Amino acid sequence: MYPSDLKYAKEHEWVRVDGDTATIGISDFAQDQLGEVVYVDLPSEGDEATAGDSFGEIESVKSVSELFAPVSGEIVKVNDALDDAPETVNEDPYGEGWMIVVKLSDPSQLDELMDSSAYEAFVAEEA
Amino acid sequence: MRFIPVTPAQQAEMLRAVGVSTIDDLFDVIPEAVRLRRPLSLPDGLSELELIRDLQALAAKDLDSSRVVSLLGAGCYDHFIPSIVDAVVSKPEFFTAYTPYQPEISQGTLQAIFEYQSMICQLTGMDVSNASMYDGATAMAEAAYLAASVTKRRKVVVADTVHPEWLETLRTYSLAGTLEIATAASRGGVVDAESLAESVADAAAVIVADPNFFGNLEDLTAIGGIAKSGGALLVVAVNPMLAGVLAPPSEYGADVVVGEGQPLGNAMSFGGPGFGFFACKSDYLRRMPGRIVGRTVDVDGRPAFVLTMQTREQHIRREKATSNICSNQALCALAASVHLASLGPAGLAEVGRACVAKAHYLRDALVETGRFSPAFPDAPFAHEFALAYVGNAREMQEAMLERGFLAGLELSRFSPELSGIVLFAVTEKRTRGELDRFVEEVASL
Amino acid sequence: MSGTKGVSLGDPRPAEVGRLIFERSTACARCTEMPPLDVPEIDLDAALAQRSRRDAPLLPEVTEVDLARHYEHLASVNFGVDSGFYPLGSCTMKYNPKVDEVACRMPGFAGVHPYQPLSTVQGLLELMHGLQEALGEISGLPHVSLQPAAGAHGEFTGLMCIRAYHEANGDARRRVLIPDSAHGTNPATVAMCGYEVTTIPSDERGGVDLDALEAALDTDVAALMLTNPNTLGLFDENIERITAFVHGVGALAYCDGANLNAILGKARPGDMGFDVMHINLHKTFGTPHGGGGPGAGPVAVTEKVAPFLPGPVVVLSPEGFRLVAPERSIGRVRSFYGNVGVLVRAYAYIRAVGGEGLRAVAEQAVLSANYLKERLKGAYDLPYDRPCMHEFVLSGRRQKRENGVRTLDLAKRLLDYGVHPPTIYFPLIVEEAIMIEPTETEGVETLDAFADAMLAIAEEAARDPEALHAAPRSTPVRRLDEARAVKDPQLRYAPPCLD
Repeated sequence: MYPSDLKYAKEHEWVRVDGDTATIGISDFAQDQLGEVVYVDLPSEGDEATAGDSFGEIESVKSVSELFAPVSGEIVKVNDALDDAPETVNEDPYGEGWMIVVKLSDPSQLDELMDSSAYEAFVAEEA
Repeated sequence: MRFIPVTPAQQAEMLRAVGVSTIDDLFDVIPEAVRLRRPLSLPDGLSELELIRDLQALAAKDLDSSRVVSLLGAGCYDHFIPSIVDAVVSKPEFFTAYTPYQPEISQGTLQAIFEYQSMICQLTGMDVSNASMYDGATAMAEAAYLAASVTKRRKVVVADTVHPEWLETLRTYSLAGTLEIATAASRGGVVDAESLAESVADAAAVIVADPNFFGNLEDLTAIGGIAKSGGALLVVAVNPMLAGVLAPPSEYGADVVVGEGQPLGNAMSFGGPGFGFFACKSDYLRRMPGRIVGRTVDVDGRPAFVLTMQTREQHIRREKATSNICSNQALCALAASVHLASLGPAGLAEVGRACVAKAHYLRDALVETGRFSPAFPDAPFAHEFALAYVGNAREMQEAMLERGFLAGLELSRFSPELSGIVLFAVTEKRTRGELDRFVEEVASL
Repeated sequence: MSGTKGVSLGDPRPAEVGRLIFERSTACARCTEMPPLDVPEIDLDAALAQRSRRDAPLLPEVTEVDLARHYEHLASVNFGVDSGFYPLGSCTMKYNPKVDEVACRMPGFAGVHPYQPLSTVQGLLELMHGLQEALGEISGLPHVSLQPAAGAHGEFTGLMCIRAYHEANGDARRRVLIPDSAHGTNPATVAMCGYEVTTIPSDERGGVDLDALEAALDTDVAALMLTNPNTLGLFDENIERITAFVHGVGALAYCDGANLNAILGKARPGDMGFDVMHINLHKTFGTPHGGGGPGAGPVAVTEKVAPFLPGPVVVLSPEGFRLVAPERSIGRVRSFYGNVGVLVRAYAYIRAVGGEGLRAVAEQAVLSANYLKERLKGAYDLPYDRPCMHEFVLSGRRQKRENGVRTLDLAKRLLDYGVHPPTIYFPLIVEEAIMIEPTETEGVETLDAFADAMLAIAEEAARDPEALHAAPRSTPVRRLDEARAVKDPQLRYAPPCLD
């Protein structure tokens, strides 16, 4: 349920590192808590993400949650496909449901994140 | 007791079930210091017969539109309301319902709102409409908020030809510090393009009314161009009863169209309740205030309607909501829908044409008497116009009231510069006979 | 309303479901026709500066019979207070007396223009003045503006008056305190008025946590907004201390009047130390909700806030009733004078019931709520088990945990019993909240039938949870695909040929 090649934040975002870039999405636990995702409001390419700050919003029919950046850096790719198919976040949270790709400005921030077993324990406590 | 169906014996039974000996025991949670230990200083209750007698006595002190020939407009209009309108809004299933939170048993209200939204889009040329707002003035203020949010700017430029009470409302809304109001001056009863162009820099919105407060038509083509050049949204307030004869604001690049819906199906009622309509381009849907109804299906695949896009609203987004509004004027909007459907496209055009034709007829006749001159000779107008009276306008109005006419609105209450100028409105209800008699009587004063 | 047989709304003819008035259209069909034009024809294009409309708006073309049947059908698939029990917590869905509908349609009230000479509307002004006085007496806050069109509009008005009050004292403040049990409109209003929200937690008895309140209070606080009785249906026993604390830092106390029905003639917000309140006439004073409006949300204030009220207000002078703007008014919050048609209904209600009658209203509303609470507290969790006021909040958490049935399912099942469900998932501080407000206008038989239905549903939840997930079954339409409505927004009729 929580792939071991990813890093996780307390706000339930995941990070997949590939060289100096990081792909960001939300965890399976987060999508399940939200229910059916109907809208994802994402930033534009070229915007800056700052670790701990909001980079967008995600909505179900009757809730709205902020998306927090786990790491800082310039946003180099945005998953525009979520505009037409926001439910992809529910169906494939670690794959096609990704949200943004960031060019890491401070790779040391990755050390602050949890690995999959730590995140699993964190989620078990929250639930 | 009126409207309380529980008998004393049943009350005793209920008290036993609750485990207290008197009803007052249930109020012991209220600290003694703040308990009201005296009866309210209000009159005793009345039987329905007495109540109706009292109310009729009050109502009889008022001069209603059936007993006078009214030429008053200025934001509230005396149009004919077809009988089917009250027959529909008097159905208790509509008027005793709450906001349609349970769509399974609220399809009547929901579908009626969906049809209303559809009609407002047709009248205004906009893509989307909300379920309605308090009135035209607050709809305009909400449009200013929307523009500020979309453009991330604070200043809105408002034409000083907008209804003074709407302008005042906008100013009140701006006192919170979230909006800054600049007015564009007018010349000859319409917006002065130069003044507008000077103030449009960094503006979130340009707001105009068309027809404006004086009944005049603005040059929307020029105004729209100026708004676009400044990167501002164009917000236009319109009179929906003229939508059959006047081209919709969408043709001039309007981004948001608002207005007061009272002329459609709603009694004047001393100025309320009517409703505000609010329509915009689909780009701004997610920033729109108020309720919105959408069409979907139920689990069996049947078409059905539901309140939608709710994450914009206060009950979900709380302090980040697009507005604090949590109601609409559903029953007034329903009256408007029924009225519009009863008119159809041909009827709406006929009403508009009759209003315009009669207004022009009256104005020409009044000017011909030599007692009046056009306040704004060069401005085109629709069904409302401003004239300067040669004598004391207030005395003229008093004399005409004695003769059974409400002779327009003298405008000095809004600005000393407008002293002696009278604003007349003519609706389809006025007959040529009434208008001729008015001209004859006023000329003989 | 007994057993499990659905007796809610009729089963409409399938072809009628969702059929729009536009889809009943026949080319050239007419309902309202205009008399022949009795003045000379006009060249519209010339008169309107070449701005006349080319393409007619696409409106329905129907006859009066079509309209009568269309709206009769829509009414038949809509549920109002006249259809059945409507215990929607916090909304006070009491019966709306028919005489009020007669009153607001009297020509002397409905047929008058806001700008006609005041000498010709003395009757209506007298009525409005009488309503101002009555609301002042009932609230204990003697100065009243009738202008706000709704509760949230009243909140905005009241808070703007508070803002003006502080600014007049040269005292710019930035924060407003709101308890965590508040209606969503409260924080939204605070933001609209340019303030920041500070949330105050509730204590274990459901009231304002006094320690947290004291800690949050300083001279940067403009006001506390409080609903009392609160949204849990509980009267805050510490109310005098709360308002004293607030006044201690120079802030004002704002009362959200949503729950005034509970205390009519028993206690007054003005006596509790509140400075400003709004009053929902469509709740407490029996005016109908109209499917979402129009309502009215007059604002009542103390002497020191009175100069800031929106103008005009009605005053009695030697020359009769007049309209006057208060001295340092924040200005209008809308055009004209308020939702006068609603004010007439509320006045008629107050006159019909009378002072003593209003007290009886509160007493019966509170007794009925406590009665239902006692009947239901075994079957459902009751998070705050103490005497309630006019409403109470149950929790469906037991059913959720033990049966996998959510409060939404319980609510939908109630529809099959011909009852409008209570308010659910509010207040936010109660898990799986079920907020029940019976009001005083329901008889014991109705209350018992509702309690029986709620108990039967609790049993069903244990026995056959699947049936509850599939509820409702007997309504004109069943559960809706709300996600589809958001993802693929269809917000207006589009004719097939144009789309």
